[in-house]
Amino acid sequence: MGIYSRRTIMFALGAVVAAAGAGAPDAAAQERSSVKIGYAISKSGANAGGAGITTIPNYKLWVKDVNDAGGLELPDGSRLPIEVVEYDDRSSSEEVVRSIERLATQDEVDFILAPWGTGFNLAAAPIFDRFGYPQLAISAVTDKAPEFVKRWPRSFWMHGGGSDYTAALVDILAGAADEGTINRKVAVISVAEGFGIDLVTAARADFEEADFEIVYDRTYPPGTTDFTPMINEAAQSGADSFVAFSYPPDTFALTQQTQVADYNPKVLFLGVGTQFPSYLAANGEKATGIMGLGGTDVSNPKVMEYRKHHEEVLGAAPDYWGSVVTYATLQMLQEAIRRVGLDRGDVTEELATGTFDTVIGEVKLQDRQFRDMWWAGQWQDGQFVALAPADRPGASKPRLPKQPWAAAN
Amino acid sequence: MFRTVLAVLFFVGALAALAWVPTQFGAYGVGLLLGLTGYVTLASAWALFSGPTRYVSLATVAFFGIGAYTVAVLSETLPYPVILLVAAAIGLCVALVVGLATLRLAGVYFVIFTFGLAELVRQLVTWYEVNVTGTLGRYIFLPISGEQIYWQLLALAAVTIGIGWAIGRSRIGLALKVIGDDEVVAAHAGINIARVKLTLFAVSATIITLVGAIQAPRWTYVEPSIVFNQTISFLTLIMALLGGANRLWGPLLGAIPLFLLFEWLSANFPNHYSIILGLLFIAIVFVMPQGVLAMVEKLWKRPARSVPENVPVGKEVVQ
Repeated sequence: MGIYSRRTIMFALGAVVAAAGAGAPDAAAQERSSVKIGYAISKSGANAGGAGITTIPNYKLWVKDVNDAGGLELPDGSRLPIEVVEYDDRSSSEEVVRSIERLATQDEVDFILAPWGTGFNLAAAPIFDRFGYPQLAISAVTDKAPEFVKRWPRSFWMHGGGSDYTAALVDILAGAADEGTINRKVAVISVAEGFGIDLVTAARADFEEADFEIVYDRTYPPGTTDFTPMINEAAQSGADSFVAFSYPPDTFALTQQTQVADYNPKVLFLGVGTQFPSYLAANGEKATGIMGLGGTDVSNPKVMEYRKHHEEVLGAAPDYWGSVVTYATLQMLQEAIRRVGLDRGDVTEELATGTFDTVIGEVKLQDRQFRDMWWAGQWQDGQFVALAPADRPGASKPRLPKQPWAAAN
Repeated sequence: MFRTVLAVLFFVGALAALAWVPTQFGAYGVGLLLGLTGYVTLASAWALFSGPTRYVSLATVAFFGIGAYTVAVLSETLPYPVILLVAAAIGLCVALVVGLATLRLAGVYFVIFTFGLAELVRQLVTWYEVNVTGTLGRYIFLPISGEQIYWQLLALAAVTIGIGWAIGRSRIGLALKVIGDDEVVAAHAGINIARVKLTLFAVSATIITLVGAIQAPRWTYVEPSIVFNQTISFLTLIMALLGGANRLWGPLLGAIPLFLLFEWLSANFPNHYSIILGLLFIAIVFVMPQGVLAMVEKLWKRPARSVPENVPVGKEVVQ
C-alpha cells in the first residue's frame, strides 16, 4: 500500500462528513440574507394551461414587485429579498406531494405557495399541515372548504365552492325571469370532469329551488370538439337560457359554434375561458353580453392599476377571475410577515384573524375562507365585469337579453 | 444449490436493509424511496408479461388507475386489507376479460389496443360517476403514512421479482422463451400459447393494479384525469426498456437511474423537463434498444467472442 491506507481514507472521509454535519447548524444560525419561498406547480402536462394563466404569472409578478421594493419587510423594518425555489409537478399527484415534501424538508423554505387545481391542493394539504406551513389554496374550487379548515387547521381556501357560483347564476336568471326578460326554462351542458360535474350537480338543485325547469341536460366528455348536436337540441328545447359548465377549449368552441348555428339564447353563460383576455381577443365585439364565472370589479382603481401593471411587466393581461385574488392573497402573506415576522405559526394566525389592505380592497377571512369572491360576470364594453353578488359595491347590472349574433356584426 | 441459498439469503438481507432505510430519512427521502419502489414494481410487473412475449403494452395506467379508484370508492366502507384484495380481484378480472379478447392481436395492433384500453376504462369510470353517483372527485382519508406505503410497495416489488425469478426457472418460463422467439414454432411444439400469455398478462396486471391501490392514499383526492394519466404507462415502458425487459433485474436497473434522473431534472430544469425527457426517450431507443444490461453484457463479451443477440423487445417500438 502507498502512503494512503484504506483506513486513513475512511478516517478522513468520516472526519469530513462529521465536520460538514457539525458545520451545518452554525451556517443556519447565521444572519439570514433572504427569505426562501418555494412552490411546485404544473409547468408541463394537463394542468399547465390553467396554472400558466392564473397562478404562475402572479407568483412571478409578486416576487418581482417585492424584490424591486427591496424585499419582504420584517417587523423590525429591515428587508430581505425573496429567493424562489421552483419545481414542476408535471401535473401528477405523486410529484406534487413529493415536491412539497422536498421544499419542506430538503430546501427548508420559509413559506410554500400552493399548487394549481383543486385536486392538487387537496393532495398537498396533509403535507402543508404536517410540516406546519400555512397553505393558501387559491385555485381550488370546493364546497367542502368548511370541512377542510377543520381537518387541516393551517389551510386557507380562497376560491369558493361550486354552489357559490351556481347560486349566483341562478339568482341573476331568477331576477331576469321575474322581470319577464326570459322564461323559466334552461338548457345546461357540462364537461365530465370534477369541476363540471360539481357545478352541474349544484346547479340542478338551485334551479329547481328557483322554479326553473331544466329542459335540456347533457354531460359531454372532455376533449369534445363538435357541439353542434347539443346546440341544435338546446335551440329546440324552448329554453331562453343556455348554460355550459365548460373548460377553456370547449368554451371557445361553443362560442364559435353557437354563432355558426345562429343560436341566440337570451342568456349565454359559459364556463372557464370566458374570463381570459384571449377570449376577447378571439371574439371581439361578439363577446358582449356573454356571461361566465368570476368577474372583476372594474370600477376599483386599484384593481385596474394591478391589471395595467400585470400587462406591462409580464406582457399579457391577467384573467378576470382568479388572477387578482392570487395577487391579493400574496399581498396578505407579505403583510402578515411584515406584522409578525417569519414564524410560520404566527403568520398562520395573523392570516386567519387579521384584516389586510390589498388590491381588491380590505380583506378579512371568515373561518380561513375568502368569501368576497365575484361569482358571476359578463362581457360589457370590452371588459368582463362582475355581476354577483349584486348588492356588493362594484357590481355591475346584468344586461339581458344578450344581443343576437347578427346585430354584433 | 448452495449458490441459490446464498442468493436467497442475500435477497432477504437486502430487503431487510431496504425496509430499515426510511427510518433514517425525512419525509422527502421516504417519498423518494416510495416513488422509486413504485416504478421498480411497475416496470418489473410490466416486464413479466411484455419482456418474454414482446407484446408492448401501454395498458399500465388502466390497471394502475383501477387500483387507485377502487381504494377511493371503498376507503370509507371496508377495512384497508380487504380493499387491497378487492382491488387485486378487480384488476385480475379485467385482465382476464381483456386478455381473452385481445391477446390474439400482435405487434402494433396490440400496442394501439392497450393504449385505447386506458382511455376506455377512464371513460367508463367517468360515465359511471357522472350518471350514477353524480360526483366525479373522490376523497381518500386513510391514516396511512409514507413509510407504510413504502413498506407495502417494497414487499410487492420483492414478490414481483420473486415471481419473475420463479417463472424463469419453470416450464412456463421455457414456454415463454419459445413463444418470444417464434409463436408458430411454439404452437407446433404443443405449447398452449393463449393460456401462457393470458396467465402472464393477468399476473402482471394484478400487480400493477395493486401498485395503484397502495399509492392512492397519498393523494387524498382522486379523479379520473389524475389516476388515468398516460405518462405512467410511458414512463414504465421506457424504464423497462432502458434496463432490458427480458432480464430479471433489467427493469429495476432501468427504473432507478431514470427515476432519479427525472427527479433531478424536475428540480433543476423545471422549464426544460419535457424537452430533455423527449430527447432521452429517443436516445434510449436508438442507442441501446436492448437495454443497459444487454449492452453491458455485450461490451463484456466482446473481447472473447461475439454472441448473436436475440431480437430485442425495443425493436418493435423503433419500427
